[in-house]
Amino acid sequence: MKRLQKKYSNWKIADYIGTSRRRIVFLLLAVFAVYPFIVSNYFVDVGFYFGVYALLGLSLNIVLGEVGLFDLGHAGFYAIGAYVTAILNTKLGIPILVLLPVSALAAALFAYIVCSPIIHLRGDYLCIVTIGLGEIVRLALINNPFDLTGGPNGVFGLDYPTFGGPFVIDSPVEFYFLIWIMVALSIVGLTRLQESRIGRAWNCIREDEIAAGANGINVRFYKLLAFVLGAALAGVAGNIYASKLMCVSPESFTFWESCLLFCIVLIGGMGSIPGVLIGAAFISLFPEIFRPFAMYRMLVFGMVMILMMMYRPGGVWPRKRGGIEFGSILSPTRKAHE
Amino acid sequence: MDHRDSQRVVMETRELTKMFGGLTAVDTFDLQVRQGEISSLIGPNGAGKTTVFNIVTGIYKPERGQVIFHGTDITGKRPDQIVEEGIARTFQNIRLFPNMTCLENIMAGQHCRASSGLWSSIFRTRRHREEEAKIRATAELRVRQVGLWESRDDLAKNIAYGSQRMLEIGRALGTEPSLLVLDEPSSGLNAGETEHLMHFLKTLIREEDLTILLIEHDMNVVMGISDRVTVMDQGGKIAEGRPEEIYDNDRVIEAYLGKNDDDGDA
Amino acid sequence: MGVVFEQLINGLTIGSFYALIALGYSMVYGVLKLINFAHGDMFALGSYVGYTVLVFGSALLASHFGLWGGMIVVMIIAAICLAVVGIVVERAAYRPIYPAGRLPAVVSALGASIVLQNLIMIFWGPRYQAYPAAMIPNVHLHLWGIHITLLQVVILLLSFLLMTILYWIIQRTTFGAAIRASALDRDTAALMGINFNKVIFFIFTLGPALGAMTGVMVGMYYRQISFTMGWNYGLKAFTATILGGIGNLPGAMFGGLILGVLEMFGAAYISAAWKDVFVFVILILVLIFRPTGLFGEKIAEKV
Repeated sequence: MKRLQKKYSNWKIADYIGTSRRRIVFLLLAVFAVYPFIVSNYFVDVGFYFGVYALLGLSLNIVLGEVGLFDLGHAGFYAIGAYVTAILNTKLGIPILVLLPVSALAAALFAYIVCSPIIHLRGDYLCIVTIGLGEIVRLALINNPFDLTGGPNGVFGLDYPTFGGPFVIDSPVEFYFLIWIMVALSIVGLTRLQESRIGRAWNCIREDEIAAGANGINVRFYKLLAFVLGAALAGVAGNIYASKLMCVSPESFTFWESCLLFCIVLIGGMGSIPGVLIGAAFISLFPEIFRPFAMYRMLVFGMVMILMMMYRPGGVWPRKRGGIEFGSILSPTRKAHE
Repeated sequence: MDHRDSQRVVMETRELTKMFGGLTAVDTFDLQVRQGEISSLIGPNGAGKTTVFNIVTGIYKPERGQVIFHGTDITGKRPDQIVEEGIARTFQNIRLFPNMTCLENIMAGQHCRASSGLWSSIFRTRRHREEEAKIRATAELRVRQVGLWESRDDLAKNIAYGSQRMLEIGRALGTEPSLLVLDEPSSGLNAGETEHLMHFLKTLIREEDLTILLIEHDMNVVMGISDRVTVMDQGGKIAEGRPEEIYDNDRVIEAYLGKNDDDGDA
Repeated sequence: MGVVFEQLINGLTIGSFYALIALGYSMVYGVLKLINFAHGDMFALGSYVGYTVLVFGSALLASHFGLWGGMIVVMIIAAICLAVVGIVVERAAYRPIYPAGRLPAVVSALGASIVLQNLIMIFWGPRYQAYPAAMIPNVHLHLWGIHITLLQVVILLLSFLLMTILYWIIQRTTFGAAIRASALDRDTAALMGINFNKVIFFIFTLGPALGAMTGVMVGMYYRQISFTMGWNYGLKAFTATILGGIGNLPGAMFGGLILGVLEMFGAAYISAAWKDVFVFVILILVLIFRPTGLFGEKIAEKV
């Protein structure tokens, strides 16, 4: 207890609400917390899907944003997480929330096994292999091997998320908070990784693989680590998504989905966590906002993508270096280099 | 210093041979680098000098031969393993991390001297925080040492060329090496910057427990700071000795075909 | 034995489609290092243009050119239209993005793909369209116990002709050398006096034109087209490009043919459902053992 007190005695609320940056973050947190209570269920669900894309975007950001690896098959890891949850829940009755870490692990293991032999491939070739892997996963799911995956119709009849006890997540508002708590935890963890030697190693690999190796970084290990971690997070997203829908089918995990995730990271800003959130907002909210356009909605969407790259190729909120990093908000005792 | 010949050999290559397809880039090459000395590897373009460096630092595997460092056979190890053993290098065409700051570039060098993993990083354990502080402190020391304190938060791609060369050396020093391997460090530097570099390297040897091996084309640098010079041509060694001995060596002159010390910059 | 030969012909036919589309990807990728996601949709658009010409011009075509001639004419019209579209897409979506690097170009290409796909959907509707049966030659051949259609033979011959012409241009003319040089080292090529704009013009007209002609052939062969076919064929064709080795045009051609044959044999002897998985697995295995593709060169990076 004393140690805890000593550890936290430096942290004053004032430190949190001190700078204007922190005020903005707290404002955002407040908005996110209040939002589901003031809008209709339909819009709570929109917020939920925004959260799913945010989590997926963050997971791909590790591979694409931090390390710079062209991963166009990320939906495959998402699918594994979703289907592991669906199958183990419907066939064995294991509670959904217990399956959350299991799905993450399954996706991570899958990433480890399939990426190990190909991790050394040069960027463009890695790209097509990831596309291939994503397609292999999807096609395998459609073909219903061992009668496990339900074919093109998928698996349905999932339970609400529980741990097996009385605690149940069964309303849109509760799902909303479930996903956004996972997103918040991921943001904290990923920001800390960004500021650690692991994050630096990743960025070095992205900048110049050979120089990274020549400075003591085990390039292969860190590339694999990025894939495994990214897959784990995508698996978590899959678990929560599956339980919200209460079913899974291969259509949600197409190559197109992988492309959308890719766009989230690029449009938001590679390696930038706030950027990824903005990118996810764009991808998930745009179709909603532009519903009145009906048939022309996607057309406009495509045009906006092109225009975005023309005018903000670095992303809407590119990663800052040398200035204040986003993470300084989370550690009030650290000095920000202002 | 007469007891130079009996000084400890920190790194040697034995019968190093490397072939690319039909071309023999390095041919049965023997080299010895001694503790506390600045050794230079010179020779005309295409002689195989950078290839030797690439083999020593683990980027290529030789067809034959060994690299022995502090008595250990490091042939064929991965580049990052070799850095851990204590050999750090710079590149002929500077390879910095362009979109990271100068300080971050040097902090990258400290990567292999720390060990906090996923768990410690995510949960910011005490061990992690202490390591980070040490990494930052060491990097700040080195960035000051190479004279880039004012530009420490500038992106590496934005600083002057001469500064970039020094930064790369700073980053190599960040890995806490015992052998520093520099590939044409004075390339592209003007006379003043070259002087500064020479002075810097001489100071480095004096003040730290370091050995330096360079590839150089600038004869002023070679003559000015080397304790020992090895000359390569067409993959093999054609001469070796003290700078003065090499300077008048007929074979060396012939290999360069008339290059004299007026050809300052490479 | 006869069945095997039929499968081979089927495989080569579909492989020719992949090969011709792959050439478009390979040219753009080789010179610009850009994955032209919109290329598949240009192929689809060509198919739809062909459809429209056939539907509205059926009487004219049938009377003046006959069925076979009609097909050729439609192919040429589609080719011209798509050559224009190709240049427009390059100017609008790619040219402004070049300075920003490769990754923004990927997003822009995806955006262009969405735009084209949705334009097709808006003009022609989301449902399958069928090539008018009356305009499709329907001659069956029975040679030495093998059953194939004349259409297949003609498609194979046409494809072979187109591939040969392109190969000849690329490998044997000065301009082709300019393209190959630009693919290897753009800056030096410019320094050597190669007019890069001309190279761009060429790859963004000829590539889509070839794709359009392929689209018409596909429409004739399968009789049904849909606005998503660009994506399906595009992915396979891009896979063929990589299989053959990036930037290597003969490689792309062989890659396409090999892919088509593999797919056919996979469907016939393994399972129709798993044929695509089979193809991707082969691709990954090839890349593991030959990281630069079947015919790619090992380019050592100078350190």
